[in-house]
Amino acid sequence: MALLEVRDLSVVFSRKGQSPFSAVDGVSFSVQPGQTVGLVGESGCGKSVTSLAIMGLLPRRSARVGGSVAFEGTELFSLSDKEMRDRRGKDLGMVFQDPLSSLNPVVPIGLQVTEVLERHRGMARKQARAEATELLNKVGIPDPTRRLSEYPHQLSGGMRQRALIAIALACRPRLLIADEPTTALDVTIQAQILSLLKELVAGTETALIMITHDLGVVAGLCDEVNVLYGGRIVERAERHELFAAPRHPYTHGLLDSIPRLDAARGEKLSPIRGSVADNIPWDGGCAFAPRCPNALRTCVEVTPELEWHEGRLLRCHNPVQPAALGVGSKEAR
Amino acid sequence: MLRFVARRLLQAIPTLIILSILIFAWLRSLPGGPAQALLGDKWTPEKEAQLNATLGFDQPIWLQYLKFLGRAITGDFGNSSVSGLPVLQEIGQGFAATIELSFFAIVIAIVLGIPLGYLAARFHGRLLDNLTVIGTLVGVAVPVFFLGALLKFVFADELGILPPSGRQDVTINATTVTGFATVDGLLTREFDATWDALLHLILPSIALASIPMAVIVRITRASVLDVLDEDFVRTAESKGLTTQVIRRRHVLRNALLPVSTTIGLQTGLLLAGAVLTEKVFNWGGLGSLLAEGIERKDYPRLQALILLAASVYVLVNLLVDVSYAIIDPRVRVS
Amino acid sequence: MASKLMQRRRDRIDELAAGADEGVSLAKDAMRRMARNPVAITGASIIAVFAVLAVLSPVLAPKDPFIRYNELTDRLRPDAIPGPMPGFLLGSDQNGYDFFSRLLVGAQQTLIVGVMATLIGVSIGIVLGGLAGAIGGWVDTLLMRFTDIMLSFPSLLLAISIAALFARTSQWTVIIAVAMVAVPIFARLLRGSMLAQRHSDHVLAATALGVHRRTIVFRHMLPNALGPVIVQATLTLATAIIDAAALSFLGLGDPDPVRAEWGLMLANAQDYLEVKPELAFYPAIAIIVVALGFTLLGESLREALDPKTRR
Repeated sequence: MALLEVRDLSVVFSRKGQSPFSAVDGVSFSVQPGQTVGLVGESGCGKSVTSLAIMGLLPRRSARVGGSVAFEGTELFSLSDKEMRDRRGKDLGMVFQDPLSSLNPVVPIGLQVTEVLERHRGMARKQARAEATELLNKVGIPDPTRRLSEYPHQLSGGMRQRALIAIALACRPRLLIADEPTTALDVTIQAQILSLLKELVAGTETALIMITHDLGVVAGLCDEVNVLYGGRIVERAERHELFAAPRHPYTHGLLDSIPRLDAARGEKLSPIRGSVADNIPWDGGCAFAPRCPNALRTCVEVTPELEWHEGRLLRCHNPVQPAALGVGSKEAR
Repeated sequence: MLRFVARRLLQAIPTLIILSILIFAWLRSLPGGPAQALLGDKWTPEKEAQLNATLGFDQPIWLQYLKFLGRAITGDFGNSSVSGLPVLQEIGQGFAATIELSFFAIVIAIVLGIPLGYLAARFHGRLLDNLTVIGTLVGVAVPVFFLGALLKFVFADELGILPPSGRQDVTINATTVTGFATVDGLLTREFDATWDALLHLILPSIALASIPMAVIVRITRASVLDVLDEDFVRTAESKGLTTQVIRRRHVLRNALLPVSTTIGLQTGLLLAGAVLTEKVFNWGGLGSLLAEGIERKDYPRLQALILLAASVYVLVNLLVDVSYAIIDPRVRVS
Repeated sequence: MASKLMQRRRDRIDELAAGADEGVSLAKDAMRRMARNPVAITGASIIAVFAVLAVLSPVLAPKDPFIRYNELTDRLRPDAIPGPMPGFLLGSDQNGYDFFSRLLVGAQQTLIVGVMATLIGVSIGIVLGGLAGAIGGWVDTLLMRFTDIMLSFPSLLLAISIAALFARTSQWTVIIAVAMVAVPIFARLLRGSMLAQRHSDHVLAATALGVHRRTIVFRHMLPNALGPVIVQATLTLATAIIDAAALSFLGLGDPDPVRAEWGLMLANAQDYLEVKPELAFYPAIAIIVVALGFTLLGESLREALDPKTRR
C-alpha cells in the first residue's frame, strides 16, 4: 500500500466579490514509503497549494478542497480538526521556503523544537531539551546547547533552515514535505541543505515530497518527478527517464532554460516565452498552448488528457520527439 | 541592555532641555509679560517691580533661563496665584488622586481592550468584528468630557446608584496614609472607605478609559490580524500544536509587541484626558488643578503642570522603548 | 534647436514620472476602490450632508439663531428651559435662543473651525516639512528636532498651552491652538514622503537629466506626497472638531454666548444636563457623527492608497 495516495485533488479559492480561482485541478499521485517524489513547476502552478492541501493548512474560509488524500489508508479530508492536529508534526512534517519568516521571532529556537516533542512524543521539558540538542546536532548545527536559547535572528539563513528541518523531523514523520526549502538561501548553502535532506531521508522509511521550481534540485534527489502546469500534472516520469528525454514541451522548456556547463560558448539560454496566466484556461484547449513551440490547432480546441505514453504519464497532443532533443530541439523551434 | 537604557536616557536629555526652553519662552510670551502673568489678580505696579527684582526679570535673558532651570530642577515653581500655596505642594496633593484614577483607567482599557481586540480579529469580518470596529471609531469620536457628563447624568443623577463626584464621601471619615484612597482603606482596615473610593472611581475611570481602550482594541485587532498571516503561524500549525499553544505562544506573544507600545503611549496621554474627566467629576487631582488654573489664569501652576506632563510623557516614552527591548529579542542586539 | 532639446527632455521626464510612480492611475484606482467600499460611501455621505447643511443652514434656519426671543426668555427658569413649542421646533436653549436654528447654523460654524484649523495646520506643516525635505542638512535636523519636541507634548496639553497664551479667548484661540497641534504631524509626514521619493527612480532620473531642483520639488515630489497629506488632513478634521469642543469646555473657547458652534454649545450645556439634556445631546451626537464621517472617509482613503492592501 502506498504511504500517500492523492486522488483527483482540487483546490478552488473564492473571495467575496471575486470570481473563484482554481489553483489545483485534478492532481493525482502517490508516494511509497522511503520514496522521494518531486513536484516541479513555475510559481503559480499549484505545487505549494497541493502540499498545503495535503497538510490541511489551507484557510478553511476561502479555499474549497476536493478529491481525496489517503495517508496509510486513512482519508485525511474526513478527519476532524483535532485528529488532523494529532497527525501534523507527528506523521507529516513540513519544511517551508523562507526560514526567517517561518520561525517565530520572539520564541527561542529551543522551545520551537521542544514544543513539538512535548506535544507529540509526550516528553517532559528536560527530556525534550536533551532530545532537541541531539536533533540540532544531527542537522549539523554546531554548539547546539547554546543555540537552543538563541532567537532566530541570531542564526544564519542556513542554520535557520537546518533548525526548521530539525523541527519537521523531530517526531520522525513518515512523510516530509519540503516546499522550496532552498529558494531563499545562498547558492553554496543550497547544496548543503539538499545533501542534508538527502542524507536524513536516505535509508529511512521517511518519504519526501520535494517541491521546487528548480529541476537541478530534482535531478539530485527525486526518484519520481511530477511536472505541474496550471494546476494540473502535465508529465510524470522516473527521474532518469525524464532527464534523458523530456516529452512534454513544458518540461523540455524547463530543462532548456537551465544554464549548462557543457553548452557551447556563446550559446544563448532559451527561456520559455511568457508566464503562467492568472487563471487556468484548461477548458477547451491546453493551458500551455499559448506558450508552446509545438502547439497545433487541436491544442487550442481539445483539452489534452493525462495518458500513458511510452512508460510515462503525459498530457500533450504533440509531445517532443526524443530525436529532436539536444541541439536539434533548437532548430525545431 | 544596560547600555541601551543609558543611551536612551542620554537621548532624552536634549529633549528635556529644549522642552524647558519652550516652557520658559512660553512664560515670557504670556500677555502682559511674565511678572504680570505670575501675579494674576494680585497685580499692582509695586508688586510687579518687586517680583521683577526677586525673579530677576530685569537680568539678561540667558541668566534668567539658567535661574529658571535651577528653580525648576529644585522644584521651585513659585506660589499659585489662586491658592497662594507653593505650586509644588499643590501638585503633591493632587498627585495621588490623578495616579489612582489613571491607574484604574488604564487597567480597564487593557483588561477589556486586549481581549476584545483579539476576539474581533479571530472573528474577522463577522458581526462581532464589525461591531467592535464601529465601537472603536465611535469611542474615539465621543468627546471625553461629554461621555463623563453623560455617565454622571445617567448613573448618578438619574439612577442614583453611583456617586456623582469627588473621590470619597466625607461622611466616611477615612484616614489618609498614602493619599491613594483605595489603598489607605486597606491599610487602615477601613474597608468601607476602600469600597466607597472604588464606587467613586467607577464613572471617572470609565470615561477616562474610553479613548485608550478604543485605541488598544484597534491596535490589538490589527496586530493579531497581521500575525495570523505570518509564516511562523503556519509553521506552528504544521507542527500540529494545540490551538491554545498556537494562540498563546505564537500569535499573542507577537501581536502584543505593538500593543505594549500603544499602552505606554496612551498612559502618557492620560493626563490630558484627566484634565477633562477630573473637571467633570470634580476629582481634585492634577487635572482639576490644571482646569482650574486655566480658568483663573494661574500661570505658575500651569507652567509647572505643563512641564510635569511633558516630562512624564518623555519618560513614559523612554520606558516604552526599554520595555520593548525587553520583550522583543530582535531589538536587544541592534 | 536648444528649445527643442529642452522640450524633448521635459517630455521624457514627465513620461518617467508617470511611469515610475503611476501617479494618475494610482489616484484613479484609489477612486474606483473607494466607490466600491461601503465604509467610504458612508463616510462621504455623512460629510456631504454636513457640508450641504453648513452651506445652506442660514437659509434653512426657521428663526434667527442669533436673537433672543422674548417668548423663550420669559419662560426661562433656573430649573426649566422651554421645550418644543409652536414656531420653535426644539424650544429654547439656556439663553433664550432658538435651539433648532442654532443646531443648524452650528454645522457652518463647526465646519469653519474644523476646516480653518486643519488648513492652517496643513499649510504651516507643509511649508516646514517641505523645507526640511527639500533643503535637508541642518535645516532638516533643526526642524525635525523641533517637531519631535512638539510631538512629545500630549496634543491636548499643547493646545491648552497655546490657547492659554491669548489674553482674551475667542474662536480664533481654538482654531490656532488646534492648528498648531497638527503642524508637526504634517511637517513630519511631508518630509518623510519627500525623503522617500528622493531616491525613487523618477526623481533620480529627473536629477540625472539636469532638471532644476525647484522644478523637481514642485513638479515631481510634492504632487506625489499629496496622498498621505490628504488622508491625514481628513483624519485631522475629525480630531480638530473634538479637540475644539474640549478647549471650549475648559473655558478656552469664545466666551460670547451668541456664537453657535457645536463644541461650544456642548460645552456650555454641561450645566443644564438635568434641566434639558437635549441641549448637550444633540450637539454631541452631531459632533460624533461628523467626526465619524471624517474618520471613515480618511481611513478608507488610506486603505485605498495603500499599495499593501491592493490586490
